[in-house]
Amino acid sequence: MSAIHKASISLRFIRIWQRNLTVYRKSWKISFIPPLLEPLFYLLAFGVGLSSLVGNVRYQGSDISYVRFIAPGLIAISIMYNAFFETTYTSYVRMYYQKTFDAMMATPLSMEEIITGEIVWGATKSLVAATIMLVVISAFGLLSYPECLLILPLALLGGIAFSSIGMLFTGMVANIEMFNLPVFLFVTPMFLFSGTFFPTENLPGWARFLASLLPLTHLANMTRTLGQGNIPLSLLWDAGYLLLFSLIFFPLAVMKMHKRLIK
Amino acid sequence: MESMKSAGTFIEPSSPIVRADHVVKKFGDFTAVNDISFHVLRGECFGILGPNGAGKTTMTRMVYGFSPMTRGRLDVFGLDISTRSRAIKARIGVCQQENSIDPELTVLENLEVFARYFDMPKKEARDKALDLLAFISLDHRRDAPIHELSGGMMRRLVLARALINQPDLLILDEPTIGLDPQSRHQFWERLEELRKKGISMLLTTHYMEEASRLCDRLIIMDQGAILVNGTPKELIRRHVGRDIIEVVDPPDGLREFVRTQNLDHEDLGHRLNIYCNDRGDLYQKIANDFCGEGCVMRTATLEDVFLKLTGRDLRE
Repeated sequence: MSAIHKASISLRFIRIWQRNLTVYRKSWKISFIPPLLEPLFYLLAFGVGLSSLVGNVRYQGSDISYVRFIAPGLIAISIMYNAFFETTYTSYVRMYYQKTFDAMMATPLSMEEIITGEIVWGATKSLVAATIMLVVISAFGLLSYPECLLILPLALLGGIAFSSIGMLFTGMVANIEMFNLPVFLFVTPMFLFSGTFFPTENLPGWARFLASLLPLTHLANMTRTLGQGNIPLSLLWDAGYLLLFSLIFFPLAVMKMHKRLIK
Repeated sequence: MESMKSAGTFIEPSSPIVRADHVVKKFGDFTAVNDISFHVLRGECFGILGPNGAGKTTMTRMVYGFSPMTRGRLDVFGLDISTRSRAIKARIGVCQQENSIDPELTVLENLEVFARYFDMPKKEARDKALDLLAFISLDHRRDAPIHELSGGMMRRLVLARALINQPDLLILDEPTIGLDPQSRHQFWERLEELRKKGISMLLTTHYMEEASRLCDRLIIMDQGAILVNGTPKELIRRHVGRDIIEVVDPPDGLREFVRTQNLDHEDLGHRLNIYCNDRGDLYQKIANDFCGEGCVMRTATLEDVFLKLTGRDLRE
């Protein structure tokens, strides 16, 4: 055991990241389409369809239009999805079906670097998606500049958090179908209840508390606050939460994958 | 060797490339590799033979640092695998048993991306990759997607990928499994060329033809332990003899004869194998006295040694 642990993590994890980038660049035209269209669909459905019913939303003491409310939430969701689905389904395919990690292990790369590379790549996909969505949503004048640009580094932080926990599940599931479980029990509730489509203030106290434990709640709160053009100090609390979340789940993911792969 | 070691003046036999010393590997209660010692000399092709589940793959995985040992010591290039695995892995090439060619990349990209794992500069990687594609006769398919390759092409690509870092040691884990005869022979020719260039090899296989053709020395493993070691010729001489007389549906008289003459033999019921060294004489006698047809003499092969030592039961 100790042998592999000592190999530890160096900047070589970039090699794994580069491998994924090489593959991504081969199909970037297709990969670009979902983050481009996703916000358009949502804004059409919720903005045009639903907002006539909803009207304005009371958020942090001021009235804003519903479209303006959900637009930054959509970016947060996209950050979560891109990271989480990359290190669950996609990493699992690379690990189990394509034996990509096995091949890498026969080179100077260590298992820890492989997992780090995958997680950082997941975060990179979050950043790419957030960037595209930022551009699209800005075209509708729904974001305040320059504050909303801080959403980009935030996408990396959120990406690391969701990639890490996704990778932890990859280290745990017995087969690829089992990802349905964390998707249904973890990702979908977050998608709905993290202040993405309505303010968490509308929830009863106990539910608000539960929501405050979810990483997406903090991410959505930050993207929205920045999107509205505010940078209050309280954002540090949300960012700190995501940082702590990453600091816990990143090493856990590496440990679990180590246990799974090194036999 | 042991005595030299205890005298304190032990000198490595021309500094082995791999040196396994009482290596043990356990998975829970199951002992996959049980106290294995061997060494691979510079420039030789060393074989690990054994039936399925003998522990061959587990052994090689420890040699390239994929799997940690439970006990023992393993040195590669004189470096301890448990502490220097990165330095060691930079100098070896591995053809794993399971196909791990990247299906999301083309033929050439597979080699170039792999070269990056070894920190090879881009230009150098491209040149080396093109050389290797010519070597494995895949230069005309450099931009092909992987799913278009045949099984034989795929295995050759795995070989090329293992050579991208110009390794000093090539580890081949059942490299020609599942290939048709043409592809296997093509593959072996490539390995023979590499051997001429002096690259050391560690080969696991259960194809005896492969082992006889390629290996300078080998061990036969079963159930995690070494049964025998030596050169293919030595092993055949020692355990089977030079020739084998095969008799189909042997008459009882022959069984009696074999017993009274105290001949080395194996009785398989419907077939009797008699191991012998005296070339034609015994065969003439048996053919004349006991059977007209269904009686063949042939040269003993490594396969006979293998079956004699590991038994004929299925390993499933």
